[in-house]
Amino acid sequence: MTDIAHVQRLHFTSPGTKARLRRRRAAEARFRAYGIVAIVVSIAFLVILFGTIFSNAYTALEQTHLRLKVTFDASRIDPQNTGDLEVIRTGDFGGIVKAALRERFPEVTGRRDKRRLYAIVSPGAVFDIQESVIADPTLIGTSQALWVIASDDVDMLMKGFIPRDVPESDRRLNDKQIAWVDTLIADNHIEKRFNTRFFTAGDSREPELAGIWGAVVGTFFTMVVTVALAFPIGVATAVYMQEFAPKNRWTDLIEVNINNLAAVPSIVFGLLGLAVFLNVAHLPRSAPVVGGMVLALMTLPTIIIAGRAALGAVPPSIREAALGIGASRMQATFHHVLPLAMPGILSGTIIGMARALGETAPLLMIGMVAFIVDIPKGPFDPATVLPVQVFLWADSPERAFVERLSAAIVVLLMFLVLMNGAAVYLRKKFERRW
Amino acid sequence: MNISLLAASVLVLAVLGFFIGRKRAVRAVHGNFAELNSLPAHHGTYVAVWCGLPAAIILVIGAFLSDTIIEAFLINSLPTAQDLSEGELGLLVNDIKNLAIGDIVAREVDPGLQAAANRYSALQTTTFMSLVVVTLVVAIAGLLASQRFITPMFRARENVERVIRVLLIASSTLAIFTTAGIVLSLLFEALRFFNLVPFTEFLFGLEWSPQTALREDQVGSSGAFGAIPLFAGTFLITLIAMIVAAPIGLMSAIYLSEYAPYKVRSSVKPLLEILAGIPTVVYGFFAALTVAPFLRDFGTAMGLEVSSESALAAGVVMGIMIIPFVSSLSDDVINAVPQSLRDGAFALGATQSETIKQVILPAALPGIVGSIMLAISRAVGETMIVVMAAGLAANLTANPLESVTTVTVQIVTLLVGDQEFDSAKTLAAFALGLTMFCVTLSLNVIALHVVQKYREQYD
Repeated sequence: MTDIAHVQRLHFTSPGTKARLRRRRAAEARFRAYGIVAIVVSIAFLVILFGTIFSNAYTALEQTHLRLKVTFDASRIDPQNTGDLEVIRTGDFGGIVKAALRERFPEVTGRRDKRRLYAIVSPGAVFDIQESVIADPTLIGTSQALWVIASDDVDMLMKGFIPRDVPESDRRLNDKQIAWVDTLIADNHIEKRFNTRFFTAGDSREPELAGIWGAVVGTFFTMVVTVALAFPIGVATAVYMQEFAPKNRWTDLIEVNINNLAAVPSIVFGLLGLAVFLNVAHLPRSAPVVGGMVLALMTLPTIIIAGRAALGAVPPSIREAALGIGASRMQATFHHVLPLAMPGILSGTIIGMARALGETAPLLMIGMVAFIVDIPKGPFDPATVLPVQVFLWADSPERAFVERLSAAIVVLLMFLVLMNGAAVYLRKKFERRW
Repeated sequence: MNISLLAASVLVLAVLGFFIGRKRAVRAVHGNFAELNSLPAHHGTYVAVWCGLPAAIILVIGAFLSDTIIEAFLINSLPTAQDLSEGELGLLVNDIKNLAIGDIVAREVDPGLQAAANRYSALQTTTFMSLVVVTLVVAIAGLLASQRFITPMFRARENVERVIRVLLIASSTLAIFTTAGIVLSLLFEALRFFNLVPFTEFLFGLEWSPQTALREDQVGSSGAFGAIPLFAGTFLITLIAMIVAAPIGLMSAIYLSEYAPYKVRSSVKPLLEILAGIPTVVYGFFAALTVAPFLRDFGTAMGLEVSSESALAAGVVMGIMIIPFVSSLSDDVINAVPQSLRDGAFALGATQSETIKQVILPAALPGIVGSIMLAISRAVGETMIVVMAAGLAANLTANPLESVTTVTVQIVTLLVGDQEFDSAKTLAAFALGLTMFCVTLSLNVIALHVVQKYREQYD
């Protein structure tokens, strides 16, 4: 006995044991550190991602405007003095803007310089002036100091995205244009204002005129169609599968199908939409109704799976009590089980909708990538949706689109946060623990 | 009167039918409910169903078919229809339609065209009016006929419930129809593609340049449809994504489930889930406008040639997106390992990391493999990141710094924009889609099977 105790004491304190123990503890610490590093890295990715987007996005809230003294020359707008709005509409408003610019910078001569001068004002300024005259024809013949929208290059210069210290040939604005902008700055005739157009306009080739409202409306119609199709069909399927379906091959087949559809890549649903809805059923291209149908098929599995889980969580005693006082199975389900499961089903639906809201690939397949300026008026009008709008802008070379698409992403993320928040709220507030 | 007005009137009739039926049921027993077999509301619903359902079915079918019918009539009535090719006929029909609604017409408007347009308008009116008449007659007939059944002993509830049951079953079969629709549409178009391009060339060809000739004698017109470069590109980007996602996801899952205190776990887990909820187009933007330029500049500083559409940028960002898939699935799997296994290992004097490495991970391995397979299938099918950040040119390379293209990128580039639908170019997209569908489906089936089998082991 004493020998063994002696050996063991030696063993636990021997240098070899101590070294082994140190190694094992070091390995333990290392392993734990790997875990912490992994989590820190993923959260760092998240922070960098959001940081990039928000830091790019906030400048889109402002748009540069120039102050110009505009003369509403009657000879350019309405030479015969008819007062007819149709005549006024065809007036030479481009000429008025150009004249105002020439008046502001009388020293500019030469065709090339003049063209560069005209380029500091956005083409949209012409339409703005046209609209203000149509709204108030008494302006004709007067001279007003107006704030007109600047071109995207001037806007980028004002926001500091066009560096002044690089060679002239590497810049979108040349030295003269920068000098003109500098005089405007010196006179306080240039300023950044809140960019309302971004929230009210449709798409445009000119970044300073482009807005997200068209895409927001298109998203709205698409989502309405998706909910209108996916929610009733999804709930009906979940109810049937969970409450009524006999256990046989047919229901097994349905179940396997639902689980597989949940994992099919979204672009495949786009191919289905293209082949079936567009080429066989001849539904309109680029229309929210088709987009909604494709997204509904894609969201169905999510709703069904969430619905079944929610229905399954309702305890059998509820059904038995209803059946016991003479309700039919249909009545027990629709009057008692389904209302109790509704919060769970609704939060599953909202999460499915949030996924559909961020989906882009299947909509590319059915032509919702078209360049559409008009705000859609119904689900059959050509439209685009927010994520596709982001994709379209990311394809454009202009630097000014980067801030706009970042802002569009922020709007999209805000919708997603709202929807997910609503889902969490519903679950927390109404879900019962039995 | 248009379709939506017609649908609204059917709906109004059905609602009316509900109230009429309910009232009749009450009157049949002189207000003495106990004598009724079913509740008055069931009688009402019975009438409403008979009034609304057949009419609605006719309405939907009619609305879908009317265009085809009108077109067939129109083409029959055209004197020159037999001499035209399918494409010319389509253009002619389109012009006639445009003329009828007063749109811009692509050809000279002669009296023949005008007459055809008038005929088209007339046909449209007639078809629509007959649809209206048929629908309304059916609705009203249903409304009147079903009322005759209302007697005190009539089993209205059972009849109504039978209809609801049929509707429920019909909804649940939609999943099967969707799968069948996907498989059939992909298969059908892919077979048409394989009529033009041999199957073996598609699957084993080394060159991909999907051009089709506009003229017969065009130089370099023969498109090459060898999909190996696309498969290789997809594989490369997926591999990079998994090199990023698998260790990070797995280690996060291990830390969160084994080490992290409850507070950390409950706040970090939702943060990781956010990564899965961000729209893929946002990742695409991040990859194309932030990560790719950064990698390019970094590579230049290190003296490396990095393409601005490198596989690395797309792969890394895709890996970030996939982290939560790996971590949350592995987390479930690790949590499912029984506590007794851990306790046994601790009792033998193992440290926590030794327990994890030598006991828990081997026990959870099948589930972890399953979760990684699901993540791979997600990466293969991912579209927006690669569309925005990967290249278009089909390079057969294993160098992650070069630009490669993937299956999904090619599907999108082949199908976006207006294209004729029977060229090899557009059909190739469906062949690619079919390949991808098969690959992701088998990955999913195997992974789900593995995960399920593993779960049963410890249940």
